[in-house]
Amino acid sequence: MGLFLDANIAEKFMIKGVLKMPFKFLGQDVWITDSILSMCLICLILIVFAIICSVYIKKAKLVPVGFQNFIEMVVELIDNMVQGTLGDNAIRFRNYIGTIFVFILLANLSGLIGLRAPTADYGVTLPLGVFTFIIIQFQGFKNNGINNLLDLFKPTPLLFPINIIGEVTTPITLSLRLFANLLSGVIIMGLWYGMIPLLFRLGLPTFLHAYCDLFSGCIQAYVFSMLTMVYVSQKL
Amino acid sequence: MGISGIDFIYGCSAIGAGLALIAGVGPGVGQGIAAGYGASAVGRNPGAKSDITSTMLLGQAVAETTGLYGLVVAIILMFVKPFG
Repeated sequence: MGLFLDANIAEKFMIKGVLKMPFKFLGQDVWITDSILSMCLICLILIVFAIICSVYIKKAKLVPVGFQNFIEMVVELIDNMVQGTLGDNAIRFRNYIGTIFVFILLANLSGLIGLRAPTADYGVTLPLGVFTFIIIQFQGFKNNGINNLLDLFKPTPLLFPINIIGEVTTPITLSLRLFANLLSGVIIMGLWYGMIPLLFRLGLPTFLHAYCDLFSGCIQAYVFSMLTMVYVSQKL
Repeated sequence: MGISGIDFIYGCSAIGAGLALIAGVGPGVGQGIAAGYGASAVGRNPGAKSDITSTMLLGQAVAETTGLYGLVVAIILMFVKPFG
């Protein structure tokens, strides 16, 4: 593969299988990979956090103190974000948007603690895009009925192929954007830790982590949920 | 020293991966233009800074997508080796 990029370094940013399952699915081997493990860890963290939150909210006070402040801050942040795009319909979508935002944010930030970011795995981001696609089309049929299909023939029937491509590629563009952004971060970090002498691996990667994981991760979580809302609001 | 067919394909794949990353030029220019207009908008109306910043970042992230497609194509050529 070249002078520096030998197989050992490529392993640093590729998805690794941890445990091989004893059965086959459609003739393929089934593996538990490290991105599945880190996704389970993130889900566990979120579930524990949700349980702690519900315990705190049950004895909520009018004037918030301590941890209740933090919960209210997070909820208000997400509410404002949804309210800004969807307006009056925000109340129906804030649960989904909030869930997806918090999950993607935590998944993107998990590179900071040495996990392989699960969103740098196309098997994780494509389902997220497909969920969004299902919600968009469901809202389209619910609010516009058959016009949702007839809109494909506007302004002229000649544009039907373009319109159908525009609809169908929504989940692919959404998921590829998230996936490729995170993958580029994972590759840069893998190359840095794999190729650079030990001396430069101390301290200096902080700036790379700050850009690739913190900045890029937060922006992409925001962009994914924002684009979901924009697509949904077009169908309302 | 002859080059076998598979080596030739790998070499051409690597060249293709390099060429695919020329796609990175477009998003760079586009993001720069977006950031420039964002800066001038903040200069004209400093009160709307947060709105302008979020709109600019959203537009930049969408503009970045085409460059990332180039990256995906390059990675597929390098590591998945569809022709080898």
